[in-house]
Amino acid sequence: MSFLQVQGLSKSFRGLRAVQDVSFEVAQGAIAAMIGPNGAGKTTCFNLIAGVFAPDSGEVILGGERLTGLRPDRICRAGVGRTFQVVRPFPQMTVLDNVVVGALNACARVGDARLEAERVLALLHLEGKAATLAASLTLPERKRLEVARAMATRPRLLLLDEVMAGLRPTEVDEMVGTFRRINRETGLTILLIEHVMRAVMALAAHVVVLHHGEKICEGAPAEVVRDPAVLECYLGEEAL
Amino acid sequence: MTPARRAGVALALLGAALVTLPAFAGSYLLSVATLILFFAYAGQAWNVMMGFAGQLSLGHSLYVGLGAYAAAGLYFHYGIGPWAGVWLALALCVAAGLVIGFLAFRFGISGVYFALLTIAFAEFTRIGFDHIQWLGGPGGLFIKVEQRVAWDLPNLRGTPAMFYYVILGLNAAALALCAWLLRSRAGYYWQAIREDEEAARALGIDTFRWKMLAIGVSSAMTALAGVFFAFYYNNLFPEQIFHISRSIEIILGPIIGGLGTLFGPILGAAVLTILADGITELMAWLGIEVPGIKQVFYGLCLLVVVIFRPHGIWPAIARRLGL
Repeated sequence: MSFLQVQGLSKSFRGLRAVQDVSFEVAQGAIAAMIGPNGAGKTTCFNLIAGVFAPDSGEVILGGERLTGLRPDRICRAGVGRTFQVVRPFPQMTVLDNVVVGALNACARVGDARLEAERVLALLHLEGKAATLAASLTLPERKRLEVARAMATRPRLLLLDEVMAGLRPTEVDEMVGTFRRINRETGLTILLIEHVMRAVMALAAHVVVLHHGEKICEGAPAEVVRDPAVLECYLGEEAL
Repeated sequence: MTPARRAGVALALLGAALVTLPAFAGSYLLSVATLILFFAYAGQAWNVMMGFAGQLSLGHSLYVGLGAYAAAGLYFHYGIGPWAGVWLALALCVAAGLVIGFLAFRFGISGVYFALLTIAFAEFTRIGFDHIQWLGGPGGLFIKVEQRVAWDLPNLRGTPAMFYYVILGLNAAALALCAWLLRSRAGYYWQAIREDEEAARALGIDTFRWKMLAIGVSSAMTALAGVFFAFYYNNLFPEQIFHISRSIEIILGPIIGGLGTLFGPILGAAVLTILADGITELMAWLGIEVPGIKQVFYGLCLLVVVIFRPHGIWPAIARRLGL
């Protein structure tokens, strides 16, 4: 049985079927990616897993535990950390305090949470910014802060929503290296939504492709990028 | 000296000055100082909700009034002093706060709608108290004024200096409590909720529970301001104590001083009270009578601060002092 099981997930907004009967699985300790054109339902899928919306039908199961329909805070405490596509830092708090808020999910004492936050900040090369207000960070830094905050909750599954967008290629490679190392060292399971194919190809062992709210293809990255349906709707011929 | 050290020294100096004030201040100065400290304390209590947790209450006069009437009623009818009445005041105010909080936070009422709800509760309590003849109704409730030289703290009867020290003590306790809260889990969670509630939820925070704690702490602190008010002024009218202008007076200090800061409410109350009193005195001296000049002045202060120092005056001063 897989670690994360998404079974027949559906969600409509006023008749618009955003996600339709999507099923996939992610093995424990794996890195999987979800790709597809804008509006394909990727972020809605994340929001259904993270509890922002309850699905109309379908199930989300993590490590045998049913998460379907739970509140976001309960799902976080059950071990799912997530980032937001449009970053949501706490602007009037320092970078360190932002991450402390996340770390308090895993630490009983504030002192321990501060140590944990400092450790996670170093992991994402943000230690030099610890004392600055999150409002004054650049966008790439905010993306990293978003990841740091989610990681500090000590999740078993990390959902990353387009954290590479807007990064330069060297920054993407650095971020890829960071996730690889975290995945290897801690066995953290990662599911990412990403348009930067460079990152998807380098990180993911398994790729799920969504289009118009439906899963049109899944498999190893090398197979998926050769799939005619994927080429047609998303990657385009030049990807070959 | 480190900033923390400097802040400690500055606080100690300020504390020493305030403790020795009654030794050389006249009765007028002492009454102004007491008024400042009253608004500083009530502002600190309100700041827990709005400054820390981002929940805008425009009905804090509700807790001042309930606390005042609870303690004053017990004293008036049964001769039971505020040493006991304070517990009734706390219970009533926390209960009222939790009911409002439950209604709002459980059903997702936030922002201006939450503010409107707090006004509504204060307003219908005001009208309700007009009909409670047992507490004097619209005619007011009067506690017997006694001029005493000795301090009777359990019954809050004594000299103006005693009242000054009581409200000074409340301020010190509130400052310590708020400083501790800010460094605790509650402080971090409240600020996260204030900044972005959905992001806070995604980090495992049960926002309902922590917002309930904020309104509980804030209403309890405000209850004590009410008890103090009742025994300092000795008269209570629903028309005054529950009035929305009272709520506004409470919140002006923290807004002008600096929302979410520890010293903003104190500084804001001092600046506003001193200037407003100064203007009233000046007008009297000039022989001009302008009704509502204080309110106009409050409005101007708010305008100037919102335009030039949207985060309040304390953060700018703290930076300048290197604190």
